[in-house]
Amino acid sequence: MDLALQLLFTGIGIGAVYALVALGFVLIFRATNVVNFAQGEFSMVAAYLMVVFAVDLGWPYWLSFLLALAGMALLGAIFNLGVYYPLRHRTFLPVIIATIGASILMSNSVLAIYGPQPQVLEGWFDTPGIQLGPVYLDSQYLLIIAVTVVLVIFNYWFFEHTMLGKKLQATSQDKEMASLLGISVSTMIMITFIYSAVLGGLAGILVAPVLFVSIQMGSTIALKAFAATIIGGFGDVAGAIIGGLALGIIETFGAAYISVPYKDGFAFLVLVAFLVFRPQGIFGERVAEKA
Amino acid sequence: MSAPSENMPIAGSASHTRPLLLRHLPYFIGAAILVGLTATVQFDGYVHNILMQATTFAIAVFGLSVVLGLCGQINLAQAAFFGLGAYAVGLGTSDYHLSYWLCLAGGCIIALLAGALLGMSTLRLGGHYLAMVTISFQQIVTLVMINTIWLTHGPDGVPRIGRPDLFLSAQSYLAFCVAMLALVGYLVWHLPDTRLGRAMRAVRDNELAAGVVGIDVFRTKVSAFALSAVLGGLAGGLFAGGFAYVSPDQFSFAESVVFLTMSLLGGVASPIGSAIGTGLLILIPEWLRFLKSVPGLYLAIYGLSVILIIRYMPDGIWGFVNIATQRWRAKAKVHAAGLALLLKPATVGGNMVLQVKGLSKYFGGLKAVDDVDIEVRRGGVHALIGPNGSGKTTTLNVLSGLYQATAGKVVLDGTDVTDMPPHLRAAAGLGRTFQNIRLFRSMTALENVVIGAERPGNALIGQGGDALIKRAMSALGFVGLGARANELISSFSYGHQRLIEIARALAANPTLLLLDEPAAGLNSSEKKDLHELLRRIAAQGLTILIIDHDMTLVSEAAQHITVLNFGRRIADGESMEVLRHPDVITAYLGSD
Repeated sequence: MDLALQLLFTGIGIGAVYALVALGFVLIFRATNVVNFAQGEFSMVAAYLMVVFAVDLGWPYWLSFLLALAGMALLGAIFNLGVYYPLRHRTFLPVIIATIGASILMSNSVLAIYGPQPQVLEGWFDTPGIQLGPVYLDSQYLLIIAVTVVLVIFNYWFFEHTMLGKKLQATSQDKEMASLLGISVSTMIMITFIYSAVLGGLAGILVAPVLFVSIQMGSTIALKAFAATIIGGFGDVAGAIIGGLALGIIETFGAAYISVPYKDGFAFLVLVAFLVFRPQGIFGERVAEKA
Repeated sequence: MSAPSENMPIAGSASHTRPLLLRHLPYFIGAAILVGLTATVQFDGYVHNILMQATTFAIAVFGLSVVLGLCGQINLAQAAFFGLGAYAVGLGTSDYHLSYWLCLAGGCIIALLAGALLGMSTLRLGGHYLAMVTISFQQIVTLVMINTIWLTHGPDGVPRIGRPDLFLSAQSYLAFCVAMLALVGYLVWHLPDTRLGRAMRAVRDNELAAGVVGIDVFRTKVSAFALSAVLGGLAGGLFAGGFAYVSPDQFSFAESVVFLTMSLLGGVASPIGSAIGTGLLILIPEWLRFLKSVPGLYLAIYGLSVILIIRYMPDGIWGFVNIATQRWRAKAKVHAAGLALLLKPATVGGNMVLQVKGLSKYFGGLKAVDDVDIEVRRGGVHALIGPNGSGKTTTLNVLSGLYQATAGKVVLDGTDVTDMPPHLRAAAGLGRTFQNIRLFRSMTALENVVIGAERPGNALIGQGGDALIKRAMSALGFVGLGARANELISSFSYGHQRLIEIARALAANPTLLLLDEPAAGLNSSEKKDLHELLRRIAAQGLTILIIDHDMTLVSEAAQHITVLNFGRRIADGESMEVLRHPDVITAYLGSD
């Protein structure tokens, strides 16, 4: 029982990371109808930026954090201009392939610069954690969970209660109508990419002290986050968060009770099970193309 | 090699096949010379290895040209399928001392099954699911190769892989691989002109339309995916025999990316493009060896190339060459104008071709169609009218199987089709056109109509082959476009595209033809022609159910009218009588 509680805590912590990246997926998907296969690389790049600023250059953690997020905003903008925007009128297949190309470009550029050796990034706090009854609460996991909760609330407030959020929603629902109402669709898409890159980057920075900072972390996180969006219901914000948490828990328990080397395989099994038995996910609805 | 050929029925009967083979004799002579050369010319070891790699990789890339180029479905796990074939041959010959041929066949079958299962679990859903699932599958295969040490030797890999007794020397084995390449290349090259190949292209261009003309969209996609997997497995099996050693890193996601880049660079639509892309991406890294000294650098360049190719050269090198040399190449064969189009609608059921009872379609709380009855009499023109938003197109979509009915029953010529998917309804004799034209846009007018004529259950095309082309030419002639059969869809005006869509439906010799607002967007002279066309169709006894807003057209063409408003039937009967009905006038013009 104690072990189970401990695993539950760890599972929620790791699941919160998947939820953050999944949220980035969903935002871009809703704005552009495109799945961004480079979403996980945003996390990886941000983690490496942290290594550069906080470890290699030895700058203060908070400054490095802000700089890394600023770097991600820039990367999101470049990504939009270089990868998505030129292809916006093409069918989804070329766009998907281009984002896969971008994912390969990003991860291997970092590999070429930094080499294959995983890097270590310290956590935000000096205290490693606190013992609460039978459960040991790791401070970094606590931080991850707290940030995720704050972001989910912020996200809700931003999209439901600010003008910019409503414009973004209008754009994702009907681009033509939005542009007729005087909303600059290309600006909205730009903002979406920047916001998603920052979200993905934040997830990467938060999870970096728990995992190692490695080239593979991007694709691993992206796969989990994608599985999370399918479990929750594709394109659904709440679904992405619930799906991410569920996946984190399933995976942590699977690794503890079934097999460690195949830990990364559980996400795939859950994914296929959902695709076969409930492709619309927990919250989603089946949508058919209009004839 | 038996597996892929099962998936590739070469169109045409025996009488048609002989001249085809004769025409392709130069290809086989060329291939034979090439095989002869590889079997006799002495290469040094380095050149030999490059040739071996290029030959086997090209077969795997052919697989991508089938699934991605022909069918428009993505496969990011080609290296995993390649690995399945390689490990089957590797482990089978070295650990279990099985016959090479048995292992090669086994590898193909394993790849086929894996591909089919993966496809079946995912291909009903959108393309990004497939992309992610194939990436996941790729990761799982790599995990298993590394961690299942008792079976796969883990990261150490599999040494001492055997070759068949017949091709024990490295050179004869290479010649054997080149022969396989030529054979597979031949099959992939001609796949687009077979029934399965046309179905794949139709699915790529327009899934909804493909279903409605009688193509089993899901099965076509799974076939394409499984075929691609099998070619990956075959290539991997050949590769293992060639290099005698395999290890997990040769079949990682990075290799899948390399295959994808090869395919895109050369041109995804054709095996020639695949061969060009494979050759270049094997040779270029050899010339630029210094790039390999920095890990990640050459893959980063591949990633960048993918983005640039997609943006600036979407059809790859071969597509580029194709367009540039178009005017020097021989024009496509002009087909003789077909005979007068014969429509022989089947008559199985009774007097009524279509009986719809209590049909409802709800979208959440919205009752788009609510308890509607329609009876369409054989041999007449029946119109379904109603103001905008009255549920006409929804009704048509339920009738053709694009939407599942919430309640009610649809009987077509004595067959209950209520629960059938679109392609089975097409097979049962239903043909339709769309309000917003849905043609297969990368194909010619003739190819579009040929796909229509291929409807399962069309008794008028005999054994296929020439009869199929003749039937399609007659249908195009019937709508007045026979002379432009070989032009691409994009070169036709809007009105002519409408006619091609009607020709596609007519070529299928349907029992009932559904026309969804055929007059929308036509000018007055085109409308007159359309009216004339409808008369000629009806004169041959084909029953038509038409939706349109043009009251002149409807009142002149239809003998019977059903009126919908707010999803409910408000009038039904002889045309003139219905158009005078007070409820109908109120629905259209409002009341005082």
